[in-house]
Amino acid sequence: MEAVEFIPKLVGAGLVVIGAGIGIGRIGGSAMEAIARQPEATNKIQTAMLIAAALIEGIGFAALFAV
Amino acid sequence: MHRLLRFLLVLALLTPGAVMAEDHQGGHEEEHGAHGHGHEAGKELTPEEQRAVNKEFVIHHTKDSYDFGIFSDESTGAHYGFPLPVILWDDGLHVFLSSAFHHGEEVVESNGNHYMLNYHGDGKIYKCDAEGHILEETTVDEETGEVSVAQLAPLDFSITKNVFVSILMCVLLFFVFRGVAKSYKSGLAPSGSAKFFEPIIVFVRDEIARPNIGEKHYKKYMPYLLTVFFFIWFLNLAGMTPLGINVTGNIAFTAALAILTYLITTFTAKKDYWMHIVWMPGVPVPMKIILFPIELLGTIIKPFALMIRLYANMLAGHIVLGMLLVTVFYFGAVAAKGAFIGLTFFLNIIELLVALLQAYIFTMLSALYFGSASEEHDHDHAHAH
Repeated sequence: MEAVEFIPKLVGAGLVVIGAGIGIGRIGGSAMEAIARQPEATNKIQTAMLIAAALIEGIGFAALFAV
Repeated sequence: MHRLLRFLLVLALLTPGAVMAEDHQGGHEEEHGAHGHGHEAGKELTPEEQRAVNKEFVIHHTKDSYDFGIFSDESTGAHYGFPLPVILWDDGLHVFLSSAFHHGEEVVESNGNHYMLNYHGDGKIYKCDAEGHILEETTVDEETGEVSVAQLAPLDFSITKNVFVSILMCVLLFFVFRGVAKSYKSGLAPSGSAKFFEPIIVFVRDEIARPNIGEKHYKKYMPYLLTVFFFIWFLNLAGMTPLGINVTGNIAFTAALAILTYLITTFTAKKDYWMHIVWMPGVPVPMKIILFPIELLGTIIKPFALMIRLYANMLAGHIVLGMLLVTVFYFGAVAAKGAFIGLTFFLNIIELLVALLQAYIFTMLSALYFGSASEEHDHDHAHAH
């Protein structure tokens, strides 16, 4: 493929992956804080964290496969 | 104990040569890698060529194939494994064993037609003439005058490696869970394999189905959720063995599972689910009109994401593990080799976790979608949010 066509795609995919990374990082960090505050709610927090992380992860993969 | 022995016996019978493959797998990888570098064969490859060989080796192992290869000896060119049936529909049924292709080296003649396996290309079967040239069909677009050439391929219903492993896993799941179910006939206390599976089944019920679907409807969805959970988990674990199985990293397989989730969601949906798509309650009218196409698209995007997530995770895991293993052969120093083997082992452990996590997430999100489909609001509540 022509480099001119390819570079914007790669940059776009990279940006999406950075965004997804920030998102999952924030979810993980917030979940850590929440568990530290309320250890008895660990199970519920973990479940919610995994669902949100999985949804964002899907976006990241979609970007990678669009390249 | 007796039941465990019988289970192991069934397992051993169903996977012929599996034990043998375990013994030889290490050597197999090493020979491939060493051959890629040409140290043994005596011909030095340039770094680019080495990379290309290594890449092809890894990618080839994540793909589906027409035979169940256990290991192959590159120095003698011998392949060990067993062939699987090839079933083609091309103006009549053509059935033969994949061993007839000799790994893409020979053209197969069946009922007057010739077929070849594009082994080093896309790995698919094409129609060809007796000399092994792929037959092509040239079509001319009448409006634009564009000429397009299509390679002729028969309709392929073959029992490939992925299909074979899926069927094998169905049989295994059937026997394991029949055993679990039977053990409850003699009393409520679990025995045998039920001791291991009961907490997991209860986990799927109490942590996945109940909170996401609701106390009222969750029982209806339990069979599907349990099946899909254990099916994905077992297939992921099968992918961790050195047999080179990669069923869950195949987009057709995950697409089939996602379509099942989509169909169940759509056909068990209650009135409220459709109301929330077509005419979202509690928002102004212009918003309702904007939301309708978005929500309608959302019903398709959800299973699509489900498909991509499982496929990409498992394929990426396999490629990363394969690439790391191949990296071992770039280094001369024993310490560097050891470090990379250690890293590969560590990632293998993480992949074991991912195998369970992906099964959990697929089941969990399916349950979430079923929950949104079967949810029923009180009318006072529905307009409040």
